Amino acid sequence: MKKLINKPEDVLADALKGVSEAHPELRVDHQHRVIYRAQPKDHGKVALISGGGSGHEPLHGGFVGVGMLDAACCGEVFTSPTPDQMVEATTVVDQGAGVLHIVKNYTGDVMNFEMAGEMAAADSGVRVETVVTDDDVAVQDSTWTAGRRGVGVTVLLEKIVGAAAEEGRDLDAVLDLSKRINAQGRSMGMALTSCTVPAAGKPTFDLPEDQMEMGVGIHGEPGRKRVPLAGAAEIAEQLVDPILSDLDFQGGPSIVMLSGLGGTPLIELYLLYGEVAVLLEKAGVQVARTLVGDYITSLDMAGASVTVLKADDEILRLWDAPVKTAGLRWGL
Amino acid sequence: MTESVSVATLVDWLSSFRDAVHEQGTYLTELDSAIGDADHGANLIRGMDAVMGAVAGEVSTVGSAGDLLKKVGMTLVTSVGGASGPLYGTFFLRAATATGDATSLDAAAVLAMLRAGLEGIVARGKAEAGDKTMYDALAPGLDAFASALESGRDVLGAAEAAADAAADGRDATEPLIALKGRASYLGERSVGHIDPGAASSALLLRALADALAAAG
Repeated sequence: MKKLINKPEDVLADALKGVSEAHPELRVDHQHRVIYRAQPKDHGKVALISGGGSGHEPLHGGFVGVGMLDAACCGEVFTSPTPDQMVEATTVVDQGAGVLHIVKNYTGDVMNFEMAGEMAAADSGVRVETVVTDDDVAVQDSTWTAGRRGVGVTVLLEKIVGAAAEEGRDLDAVLDLSKRINAQGRSMGMALTSCTVPAAGKPTFDLPEDQMEMGVGIHGEPGRKRVPLAGAAEIAEQLVDPILSDLDFQGGPSIVMLSGLGGTPLIELYLLYGEVAVLLEKAGVQVARTLVGDYITSLDMAGASVTVLKADDEILRLWDAPVKTAGLRWGL
Repeated sequence: MTESVSVATLVDWLSSFRDAVHEQGTYLTELDSAIGDADHGANLIRGMDAVMGAVAGEVSTVGSAGDLLKKVGMTLVTSVGGASGPLYGTFFLRAATATGDATSLDAAAVLAMLRAGLEGIVARGKAEAGDKTMYDALAPGLDAFASALESGRDVLGAAEAAADAAADGRDATEPLIALKGRASYLGERSVGHIDPGAASSALLLRALADALAAAG
């Protein structure tokens, strides 16, 4: 294992030191491992919190700032944060209008946030609502599993719903919008290599040179199937087809994100996006906005995921609203 | 006949469980590598070390079973993370509610404590029999505990029966398809592996029997 780290057990603490040095517009609570805006939003506005295991950067800490999140709770690499972190963050960011918890659908994340919501309500009376994202079409039969995983749509949701909260919408409206965004988004990912968790010191799984994992999760969980390595045009098809067959995206604008998984250079991501765009156009999907880069990653895994979100004029307006975070910034 | 269980014996139970997860930690993590995310042993070791740090001196200072178990639950919830933190944490928090201010538990109270804990796990994790989870070790274990009491055995005999039944329940998870948690994404590929949560749950009930045996 060759990584830019000191000790494997100090990776998160050391990375948070770097975040606070690099971003004076953020405030890092090193004890609770929570990243906040240095300048809290105005009183009376709904606050947004997300969080999860680390290793998916810029998600979630890179999306704290004006127009997106108010706080991000950081767990150990690929391990959910604990309820006490979330309770602390919830109490700190509440501006009297309640707090929305944005949770990716993983068993640990869901249970820890659920406990945090109960504890925050009991201790401080802050009103907490929760949206659980579950956009990963790689998990086919959600009746017989823990359900679809929350992946790329989480990024788009944090941006769009963050803009709505910034406008001063109340908690019910913010919650409704967040559920609508989740319901209208679908994602699919693929891996060319495994990733190496620092504490484990070796790759999570073996993936031979001539094979790729289709439908991989963001922790290196297995996907739909292991298939022979193919060219980018064919990979694009294998990513786009399951998304389009799961939801009808015709008849309105869409927002498309192509995210790297951490170990793939931008030139390859753009190359792949070129193939994705051709397929979407052929299928009658009207791409109104695009994001290409590393936004939801899996440490050093090579590969990419595609997310398509069915939008409308209101969603596009919220997408275009000003945002100022480490991971996304425009309009300010 | 062991008639009652003191708070000191509950601390011995926790201590015995801590020793067991240290001894079996590598095995638990190996089970978790096969169908999960390879951290179950490490997470429980971290959690139970934190628990024993938090309850040191608890017997002399606090004295109530409810206070002890609540502290155990909160410590697990705040130190473990993942799925096992909320599940084991909720087990002890609910167990604490069942024992309340008692400083000594008779056999029926021990059963009520364990049942409340299991109900907490079901409420938190929504698991049912045969989903290949902790439930598949704990539920048969508690049923055996209740049957043993009905047939006139003392609390130690009941705990030993529970530990045996939980071990059988653990082994019976091997051929199952996982329907809850991260292992469920594997579908058919989860067959042929013992569930790590069922394995650690069996250790929890074995630790209770060991602590009661040591207490005489």
